[in-house]
Amino acid sequence: MKLLLTFSKKKNREPVIAQVVKETGVLISVERAHIDSTSGEVLIDVPDTDAPRICALMEAKGITVRILEHGISRNQDECVDCGACVSICPKEVFYLDAEHQVHLRDERCVLCGKCIPACPHRALSQTL
Amino acid sequence: MDKSIALINQRIREGTAQVVTADRMPALVEELGEDRALKEVDVVTTGTFGAMCSSGAFLNFGHADPPIRMERVWLNDVEAYGGLAAVDAYIGATQQSTTLGDQYGGAHVMEDLVSGHVVELRGISRGTDCYPRRNITTELTIEDLNQAMMMNPRNAYQRYNAATNSTDQTLHTYMGTLLPNRGNINYSGAGCLSPLSNDPTFRTIGGGVPIFLCGATGMVVGEGTQHSPAGGFGTLSVTGDMKKMGPDFLRAATMHQYGVSLYVGIGVPIPILDHDMVRSTAIRDEDITVDLLDYGVPRRNRPALRRVSYAELKTGKIEVNGEEVRTSSLSSYRKALEVARTLQGWIQKGTFELALPTRRIDPTVSARPMRETALVPRVRDIMNTNVISISEDESIRSAAKTLLKGDTNHLPVLNRDGTLVGIVTTYDVSKAVVKEEKNQKVKDVMTTRVIKTSPDEHVDVAAQKLERYNISALPVVDNQNKMVGLLTAIDLGKLFGKRWQK
Repeated sequence: MKLLLTFSKKKNREPVIAQVVKETGVLISVERAHIDSTSGEVLIDVPDTDAPRICALMEAKGITVRILEHGISRNQDECVDCGACVSICPKEVFYLDAEHQVHLRDERCVLCGKCIPACPHRALSQTL
Repeated sequence: MDKSIALINQRIREGTAQVVTADRMPALVEELGEDRALKEVDVVTTGTFGAMCSSGAFLNFGHADPPIRMERVWLNDVEAYGGLAAVDAYIGATQQSTTLGDQYGGAHVMEDLVSGHVVELRGISRGTDCYPRRNITTELTIEDLNQAMMMNPRNAYQRYNAATNSTDQTLHTYMGTLLPNRGNINYSGAGCLSPLSNDPTFRTIGGGVPIFLCGATGMVVGEGTQHSPAGGFGTLSVTGDMKKMGPDFLRAATMHQYGVSLYVGIGVPIPILDHDMVRSTAIRDEDITVDLLDYGVPRRNRPALRRVSYAELKTGKIEVNGEEVRTSSLSSYRKALEVARTLQGWIQKGTFELALPTRRIDPTVSARPMRETALVPRVRDIMNTNVISISEDESIRSAAKTLLKGDTNHLPVLNRDGTLVGIVTTYDVSKAVVKEEKNQKVKDVMTTRVIKTSPDEHVDVAAQKLERYNISALPVVDNQNKMVGLLTAIDLGKLFGKRWQK
């Protein structure tokens, strides 16, 4: 399950993710992170069964947690199945099937957004 | 036994014509042999669906009352060419909106028209005795137009070179987004389904031949602009009635940070008249090769990294210099197949007949580059050759002094034989002074990955570097990396008034 953590610098000066890993023993994989002087946003992936525990612990440490249910979404009316998105995506989310149709492997998406402007037909969007 | 076009058309009318799509032909010929394939196949349908910038439409709006002779015309804020009779205009696919930029353009106007959407027309005129009206604003749909004639001067490229990018920056091109360090490869074209790849000698494709164009019946006008079949890059000019088209095979697109384009669906039916046509339509993706070009070099002749076939491109990854690089198509193979299958259906139902060219297309010509008569300024023409430099072991204090004395903001750092090893700016030196670290030398604060230029580089290319990297000077080096000059933003000012020519 993908969780989007939002840090605020005022509250957190602790290595929170490391602490949670240590306390729970759950291996957290960090898929995307953006941290600047005032705040930070980190996208992590955790096993579904551990997610409630991780959420509770993160929130107790002052972090805002949001569960991301969907990756990038594709508008079938606009998409012409060219596949321009295929080689742009760092996570290999997109692929063409035997019928030359574009498909998404939603669970791989880390919402980096690189594919959105690369689509010539504006068929991809991010619902946050 | 050869077949005539009359016989094929008779079979089409009787509903007995055998029609196959071009992708199936190689296997069919392999299975049946050429003789039986000639006997059993009457027509091969081809198809392609991709970005074709050289597209547009002549529109006639009918006369207003009082009448106006429109000198400038806008459709949904996209300017159409009005240098024609009073109420005619040509809307070009790549023209961008004056209000929405690259998010809406001529291609979008065309898609809105064939979708039946309302489009706003604005026109202005200086007024004449016969056409007194000075401006007009009205809303109309394609139904309200007398004619909407699609007229595309260059479509259906036989094949197209694949693109990658060797620089360390993402490039935004008409070949899509190209990731740095050969991060991806983009290509375009339907390979074995591509119309011109199935008849590269233009025996059956030429002026007057009926085709599938954006969902309607269209026609080949003749060769397309930049037609260059000698090297395998033939093109077609085509026309069709936009009133009969729909948005299934006509789609507007935006290439990010490049501009607007139009995805056009074209299918050409190829009559199987004799053994030669059997052989040419049996072409496979493996047989169609193109160069993989480095778009990191902004010149007309970009360097080719390797030769690659459509079969390799379609696998999703190819090897370049020992590294695997992922590929993406910009054109849609699924839609290309849909074009070929739709055309196949029309012919099988007997609603579409074939014709041989009334005007042949030359299969031997090559397109020429532009003849340029004015001198194009190079870096050597405007660069500063009297450059103050510094060596890497000098102190920060000495660098500060040199900057002040030389009245400059950039100090190229050279080693003993004059080779460029870095650059320091006023900013680097100020930062070092503020830090107050003891015994800092130039080599501790200099930038070693220097963005540079060469004396032969065109000034426009150098200017693009200054802008892209947000810097104000480029050291000029020869091919041994010896410094020969410095090009600053101020030198670019010399271009005004052509002072560089003196």
